[in-house]
Amino acid sequence: MALIELNGITKYYEMGDQVVKALDGIDIDVIENDYLAFIGSSGSGKSTMLNILGCLDRPSSGQYHLNGKNVESLDANELSEIRNLEIGFIFQSFNLLPRATALGNVMQPLVYRSIGYRKRKEMAMEALQRVGLGDRTDHLPNQLSGGQRQRVAIARALVTHPSILLADEPTGNLDSQTTIEIMQLFDELHAEGHTLIVVTHEDEIAKHCHRVVEMKDGKVFNDSTTSSATVTN
Amino acid sequence: MFFALIESSRSALVSIYAHGLRSFLTTLGIVIGVASVIAVVSVTQGMSSFIGDTFASLGSNSLTIQSYTPFEDQMKGIRARLTPEDMELIERRAEGVASITPILYADRSSQIKFGSQTAFSRIMGTTYAFQEVSQNYMSVGRFLAQSDNLTRRRVAVIGDKVRENLSLPDNPVNEYVEIGGEWFKIVGLMEAKGDIMGQSQDDIVLVPYNTMRSLLGNQSRTDIQIQLSLSESATVENVSQQLSTLLRNAHDLDSDEDDDFQIQTAEQLMETFDTVINMVTLVIGGIVSISLLVGGIGIMNIMLVSVTERTREIGICKAIGAKRHHILMQFLIEALLLSLLGGLIGLAIGYGLGTLISSSIPSFPPASIPLWSIALALGFSGFVGVLFGILPAAKAANLDPIDALRYE
Repeated sequence: MALIELNGITKYYEMGDQVVKALDGIDIDVIENDYLAFIGSSGSGKSTMLNILGCLDRPSSGQYHLNGKNVESLDANELSEIRNLEIGFIFQSFNLLPRATALGNVMQPLVYRSIGYRKRKEMAMEALQRVGLGDRTDHLPNQLSGGQRQRVAIARALVTHPSILLADEPTGNLDSQTTIEIMQLFDELHAEGHTLIVVTHEDEIAKHCHRVVEMKDGKVFNDSTTSSATVTN
Repeated sequence: MFFALIESSRSALVSIYAHGLRSFLTTLGIVIGVASVIAVVSVTQGMSSFIGDTFASLGSNSLTIQSYTPFEDQMKGIRARLTPEDMELIERRAEGVASITPILYADRSSQIKFGSQTAFSRIMGTTYAFQEVSQNYMSVGRFLAQSDNLTRRRVAVIGDKVRENLSLPDNPVNEYVEIGGEWFKIVGLMEAKGDIMGQSQDDIVLVPYNTMRSLLGNQSRTDIQIQLSLSESATVENVSQQLSTLLRNAHDLDSDEDDDFQIQTAEQLMETFDTVINMVTLVIGGIVSISLLVGGIGIMNIMLVSVTERTREIGICKAIGAKRHHILMQFLIEALLLSLLGGLIGLAIGYGLGTLISSSIPSFPPASIPLWSIALALGFSGFVGVLFGILPAAKAANLDPIDALRYE
């Protein structure tokens, strides 16, 4: 069974009298340990796609099964729980809590699982070490470089052991050298068995992925699996 | 639940600390409100408990009768009087009186001299029974005796304050003082009683009643005060009823005329003071609670700003799994802690202020804070925090995660 099953997902926004079809009938399955990129120009619906996959937003119609659970019938609190248990978010602008240290940021999702401080710290340290930041745990986000901040964000996504990692333009705010480092980290995570979904408009990033879904006007335009992508690159 | 409480407090403290100055200014309204409540309560309660103690020591089974002239009559030159005959009547007819004594004030000559020293004091003519009625005890020497009165001896018993004012030796017995041009021998010094409401209880000179009468000259218009103590079985109500009937008859008052005398009990005096103090506490408390209300609105205002400011953070927290109650709790606890913190600071300042006020006014009783006022102040500021924190917290908890994440 696929990890993610989308059947006829639509998302409509009303803007005045006009109805904007951000997503217009999407059918996609994502299997476990997939390494998938959504690409497309701005306005193609890829960000809306990510919001719906991440349970931040609900589709106007269609069915979304995540890990066998039907998501559309859940209320706001249950969606919060799904996000906490199943999904790890990595954002373009990192979205770290500015007043919390790297460690505090990584520990935060575990607070919502009612895990005690010691256990939280232990798990967070492990995640930070995994992304290579074991020595900068006490730094505030503004004391870290962009690449380090994104690593903290990745550690925060990893610490909950989610079913999928969702990355929204993860290297959009990073220089090219750091981009390479972060994408290497993504490749490693994939090799370790994580399921990654990346939204990007950069072909360089998409080339790392094994499956590229190109979107256009709220529809899937092209869905190609190139399992040797990283090798040919 | 408990876990969530601790986690919320943790992040609330971080946030309060991170905005140190703003947090302080926010909570200033509560600080001022609580400080003024505590200052007022501590001063008035100190006064109240002190007065209570003082009146208890005066003895609650004594009565004072004095003449009373309404102000209108005073304007017409009419003066009500209590006469020695009234006292004799009470002595003979009233039941339940243990001891009775007249007090005659030296209305013209309250000057007392010793050597080159001159002082002004309350000089009273009274009898041996005064000691029992007003519970004075001797420090040195003896009290006035019955024979002093009968033979109009020129002797005096003085309070400690008088001894001090006249620079008399520690043992003033057998020294001579001059009162109204006559020489009086001091036979006793009374134990110090302290002050009531800034008035010394020790600034008195007692001479025999008959001596005082002769000193004042043979006036027909003598107006005396009568003090009496009750026997153990008698009640204050019963005796004052009797006295009232006796005196009304003796003064030929018709049933539609008001009393031309006043019967006062120590308890009555105390109740009067208590009523006044409670009124003051209540009125000032009411005014002050308005400032707590204003303080609460200040907290709400800043919390709303804080929610707007942290919209993105709230979005992040929701994206990584925070539920409504996590966010609600975090902001509510922050408001609660802010106002409780303000309450605590206010408590300290208020106590300091109360102590300062009561120590800077001479002979004012020390401030005291009853536990209920601490509980009330903290309870009320906590209540204000929750009341005015709930709106911003609900606003934060209801934010949509996508909108919140997009907020710049």
